[in-house]
Order: sequence, then C-alpha cells, then structure tokens
Amino acid sequence: MGLLSIGTALFGGALIGGTASGLLLFNGRIAGISGIVAGLLSPQRGDVAWRLSFVLGLLAGGAVLMVGNPSAIGTAHPRSLPVLAIGGLLVGVGTRVGSGCTSGHGVCGLARRSARSLVATVTFMTTGALAVYLFNHLLAGYV
Amino acid sequence: MRYVSAFVCGTVFAIGLGISGMTQPTKVIGFLDVAGAWDPTLAFVMGGAVLVSATLFPRILRRRTAVLDDHFALPEKKTIDGRLLIGAAVFGVGWGLSGYCPGPAIVSLVTGARPVVVFVAFMLAGLYLGGRVHPNRGPRDA
Repeated sequence: MGLLSIGTALFGGALIGGTASGLLLFNGRIAGISGIVAGLLSPQRGDVAWRLSFVLGLLAGGAVLMVGNPSAIGTAHPRSLPVLAIGGLLVGVGTRVGSGCTSGHGVCGLARRSARSLVATVTFMTTGALAVYLFNHLLAGYV
Repeated sequence: MRYVSAFVCGTVFAIGLGISGMTQPTKVIGFLDVAGAWDPTLAFVMGGAVLVSATLFPRILRRRTAVLDDHFALPEKKTIDGRLLIGAAVFGVGWGLSGYCPGPAIVSLVTGARPVVVFVAFMLAGLYLGGRVHPNRGPRDA
C-alpha cells in the first residue's frame, strides 16, 4: 500500500461522496444503490425515471472505465459461480431487509449522522470480514 | 433536467468506484481479509467518500428544497431494530462471499462477464424476495 494507491483511493472516494452529494443537491435523493434498484423492481408512479437514469449512468460509467482503464473492472473472479449466486442472493435480501448497502448506509447515512446507518455499516463490515475469514481460512481448499 | 443530473451523477459515481478499486472483487475480498494478507487501501475510499459527503450534506440540507425537485426524499426511520441488524448482517456475509456490493456489481455488468451477470441476477432476485418478506415497506434506502 503506497502513497499513490492511498491517493487514488481517496480521489475515487471523493468522486463517490461528491456525486452522492450532487444527487442530493439536484435531485433531493439518497444515492443508495440497493434502494435505487429496489425501487425499479416495485415501481411507483413518478418515481421510476430518475432511478433508471441513475442506473444507466452507472452503466455508462462502467463503459467509460472499460475504454479508459480496462483493468479497473475485474472480469476474472476468485469465487465459483455457485458461491457468487449465493452471495448475490444474500446481498439482495440483506440490503432490502436492512434498507441499504455500502452507499446508502455507508456513504450517505454516515454523512447524515444516522445512528441506524452507523450500526448497519459496522454490522456489514464485521460480518463481511467474518465471511471472508470463514471462506478463505477455515474452509480454504474445501469449497 | 433532473434525469440528466441523475444520469451524470450515476456516471461519475461509477467512475469513482472504478478508480478506487471497488469494482475489483479480489481487492474487496483482500480488504475484508483482516486475518490474511490484509489490504487496507479501500478504507481510504470510504474515508474520502464520507469526508466529502459529511461536509456537503449538512450544507445541502439547509436548503428548503433540492435544486431540481420540490423536496428532499430522506429516510424517516430512526429506530435500530432487528430488521436493520439482520439485514445488514446478511448483506455483509454476501459481500464477503462475493466481493461485490450492489453499486460495483451493476457497474461491472458492462463487461458481460459471467460471474458478475450471475451475481446481479441473484441479487435482483434477492432484492425482490426481500421486498416480499415485508411487502408493506417502500423502497426507500438507508
């Protein structure tokens, strides 16, 4: 971990925090990705187009990254497809039931000084680390 | 105009995720692997993001309305309940297993690579099912 990678991480983070602030300032909305996507799965009148615009923006940003710096998006994955499927299901259910993910609770909730978001962020960081510990160390070589 | 703004925010948000390494599952798993070859770099992503958002949010929320909308749509719930804890805990396990949280996974869809397509398909199913479990709740985030 060199100074350059810390600087890059801080700069990338600042873009995330800056655009979350931009969405709040201009659209009056919280940039919580799981919530934005969940709203598209149970659409309500007048509440769809901004969500769709944001998600299309995410994909456009992904396209920019692919052209500008393909190594930024990993296509190879360290986990098998069944593990990814289980992981995806847990991420979907968990963020819906817990009302947010890394962006909604982590970036926006902490900025609003929400106690709920602080508790959620500490919780998912902890269980995330536990899951990696279990998978990489205790089950290493078995799964 | 508000759709242009949402689109631009989404685009730059995604570029921020890419620059910071959040779209590399191996790096994310390395960040969560506290007991192994721990890579703490991603802590600076969260640090940089929250530094900016925590500075700007209170100033923005002093306004009566958003620039392009007549109100701010903010989460109203204040209580820390079992749903919050269980949901966050389950999300964390999925995050650790896969190295993806929702934003980076959607951004990575552009590669069309099978791992991320499988992840997002099951994540969407999970988001839908999670909403079924508590059908009286709206989709508000955080």
